[in-house]
Amino acid sequence: MATNHEPDVPANHNEDRRTFLKQSSLLTALALVPGPVVSAAEAKLDERVAEAIEQVPLSLKVNGKKLKLKVEPRTTLLDLLRENLHLTGTKKGCDYGQCGACTVHVDGQRVNSCLSFAVMHDGQEITTIEGLADGDKLHPMQEAFVKHDGFQCGYCTPGQIMSAVACVREGHAGSEEEIREYMSGNICRCGAYPNIVAAIQDVKQGGQKV
Amino acid sequence: MNAPEKKIGAPMNRVDGRQKVTGAAKYAAEYDLPNMAYAVLVGSTIAKGRLSSIDTKAAERAPGVLAVITHLNAPKAPGAKPAGKDPSQPQTVGSALQVFLDDNIRFNDQPIAVVVADTLERARFAARLVKAQYAPEKHQTNLEANKANAFLPTQAKKNPKSGAADYQRGQVDAYKTGALKLEAEYVIPTEVHHPMELQAITAHWEAPDRLTLYDKTQGTMATRRDFARQWGLPEANVKVIATYVGGAFGNALHSWPHESAAIIAAKVVNRPVKLMLTREQMFTMVGYRPYTWQKIGMSATADGKITAITHESIGQTSTYEEFVEATLGQTKMMYESPNLTTRYRLAALDVGSPIWMRGPGEATGAFALESAMDEMAFLLNLDPLEFRLRNYTNQDPEKNRPWSSKFLKECYQAGAERVGWNKRQLKPGALRDGEWLIGYGMGVGTFGAHRGSSKASAQLLPNGTVLLQSAVTDIGPGTGTAMTQIAADTLGLAPGRIRFEWGNSDFAQAPTQGGSAIVNTVGPAVQEACLALKDKLRELAAGGNSAFASAKKEDVVLADTHLTLTGNPTARAPYTDLVKQAGGTAVTVESKPSGEGQKVSMYSFSVHFAEVRVHELTGEVRVSKLISCADAGTIINEKTAGNQMKGGAVGGIGMALMEHAIIDDRFGRYVTKDLADYHVPVHADSPAVEVFFVNKPDPYVNQLGTKGIGEIATIGVAPAIANAVFNATGKRVRELPITPDKLV
Repeated sequence: MATNHEPDVPANHNEDRRTFLKQSSLLTALALVPGPVVSAAEAKLDERVAEAIEQVPLSLKVNGKKLKLKVEPRTTLLDLLRENLHLTGTKKGCDYGQCGACTVHVDGQRVNSCLSFAVMHDGQEITTIEGLADGDKLHPMQEAFVKHDGFQCGYCTPGQIMSAVACVREGHAGSEEEIREYMSGNICRCGAYPNIVAAIQDVKQGGQKV
Repeated sequence: MNAPEKKIGAPMNRVDGRQKVTGAAKYAAEYDLPNMAYAVLVGSTIAKGRLSSIDTKAAERAPGVLAVITHLNAPKAPGAKPAGKDPSQPQTVGSALQVFLDDNIRFNDQPIAVVVADTLERARFAARLVKAQYAPEKHQTNLEANKANAFLPTQAKKNPKSGAADYQRGQVDAYKTGALKLEAEYVIPTEVHHPMELQAITAHWEAPDRLTLYDKTQGTMATRRDFARQWGLPEANVKVIATYVGGAFGNALHSWPHESAAIIAAKVVNRPVKLMLTREQMFTMVGYRPYTWQKIGMSATADGKITAITHESIGQTSTYEEFVEATLGQTKMMYESPNLTTRYRLAALDVGSPIWMRGPGEATGAFALESAMDEMAFLLNLDPLEFRLRNYTNQDPEKNRPWSSKFLKECYQAGAERVGWNKRQLKPGALRDGEWLIGYGMGVGTFGAHRGSSKASAQLLPNGTVLLQSAVTDIGPGTGTAMTQIAADTLGLAPGRIRFEWGNSDFAQAPTQGGSAIVNTVGPAVQEACLALKDKLRELAAGGNSAFASAKKEDVVLADTHLTLTGNPTARAPYTDLVKQAGGTAVTVESKPSGEGQKVSMYSFSVHFAEVRVHELTGEVRVSKLISCADAGTIINEKTAGNQMKGGAVGGIGMALMEHAIIDDRFGRYVTKDLADYHVPVHADSPAVEVFFVNKPDPYVNQLGTKGIGEIATIGVAPAIANAVFNATGKRVRELPITPDKLV
């Protein structure tokens, strides 16, 4: 996988699809060839075919940085962030969209990054926990989590914070009960919930820009 | 120079808070090593039998695959031993099931192969191409069906003084002849730790005989010892790094099959290998709180004095390890009862081994004991708090020794006031708010205030910062922060001038994080290392300034740029000079228990008060108030300790109302496979838990006066909720979790 930080250029999807189809027919043809020939071709051919068809171009803006990438279509946004871009602040807690540890913002909306393929986000803007602070200055929600001790082990914390920022922006932080309801997609097994709710209320009541 | 404000007890923010809120904290699967490969496990689809054949050809040919490893081609670690030879071996860490040694299948989803590829996607795809065939044998996965085969654990057979041995005071089963008696059975289902971080390891052979593991473990030294032994390496050649651990709750107290698999995989492909389990695999191979059946018989006099208790339990274990926990511990010492009998048994099933889960056996036992206390109080028509006071122990009735400290009555009072206990009615179902029935309940918890031996090292850096190191992990309680506070007070420095580093087996040796014992054990070591550093600095300074030679270490002051003495500001030794002296400033000390503790019984105590609202039509239970009160000795950090108590209470809500891992016994396989069907508490389930600490030092456990918090935060919560549900509805649920179907 290659990353490159040059200005964004729209990917030529049509051309890519044609290449894909051509390669696919090659695969179909191979499947019709008698067994011994295939085994003679061995894994190396599989490998070359796979290399050719498994990579799809993708343009993303991640934490303000434009990226032109090539990714496998089956790579989730979460795995792209963690394994390919080394933005490991976004956590894998279940991989089924049930725990919220992988919450990021896609075009400003909170999203479970494990539940979508990276290629579905072509042209979109992703914000992860690493992109929330303004340089050395923490985001008010990050500050509030530290002040109220809104975490213990810290693993669900990036997801909680990304979700909490969205919760306030959506206007769903009006009361303790409302916060609890709209934060229930983010599990904290350490059980720091009371402190997380306190942190969100503090930010909401402080009226700072989130 | 003014003495800095005392840090012990202060609600200081965590030293690693910034790392955790910015995503900079790195967990086991987040180290970016060059040439990383990815491993995915293939699990068995039967619970018992043999692997008759395994076809790996298609997987081997899949794109990007580097290796497919099974028992047929795995390199044998020199110290590896097939499991099951002696299941009675202590299982703390060290006799985990090691993989790919033979064709035996001992539980469903046991790893039978590991596929290694250059990307995660490719490894995951290829893992699906591995085809296995089995010679299945009849399996047993149901404890209720196997109670007749329950046995006394080997450790109890060998040592009648073991906590797992049968215990007796007074007459055997005396409750049976009591005038007023109850007899009831209680069940705790299998519960799974499910820390938010999936079990993960990055294994890297830096040389053929040098192994580095970035691992999710509660004990860097225990993991190092285990894998050094497995691979026949000197311990110094194995390094275990666990700086950040994404929750564990006991699940990382043991070495597990996937760790062995990743290390073998890294050996075969000669690249660093990363292996992260799936949530589904978290059910099958990394431990759980075992399904436990219990029976309590209790008798009392009409004026509310307990005359006898018999408490029996049968816990589930695997066929290859005898997992033992202290399920009956609290019953032996919590209440006065002249006659007391306990019997602890195990039943071995074709499942993975259990492992201690927060509060461990004590939380299981407390559900039965504290429910029975509530049942007996009801029979006596007594307030359950009053009933407990009438049976309060002023010394340990098990060991006949005084308590090192016990302020449980203060906890009772504080909790009762806060929850509004005076509103509670003796008659169930007497309080309501529209369709919601309201009830109040309490549950008591206790856990041994354990203290072991630990080392800590300290050294001065040229800029005047003191660097402390310990191999201990911080799985979330705030160990790093507490140690920084202890060091700050001991050295008279602002916390910003302390750097405490942890989670590395190369650091000064420290025990595994567990059993609520870390502040008790590592805290004194850090304190003594700081004092030793002061003395070392004084000695080093004495060469250039005689005032230091005769000074006491207590008078040594670490000023901004130099060492000086109380009352003698002219004595100055610049740090830049001290650190240059031969041998450096580093000191390592070992701190051990004094032995004074042998004369007393040392326990932390807690009580939890719950107010619940139960919908009379749907049976939905909402915990509307939860008050957790603890006598845990000195509180080092009110903020992090309070958080730990709240978290334990939330865990107790899960235990009481939702957590239930279910096996389909026809296939011996879990049908709960993820967090959508194994429910844990979410924000909406959690009230604003209120915490009260007595915060009085214990005079025996250590010089800091701490007793430990982690376990008592959970022990007693589930029965408090179950008792509140009874008070609200008149329905006694003796089999957790209390789901609506049991109330309608």
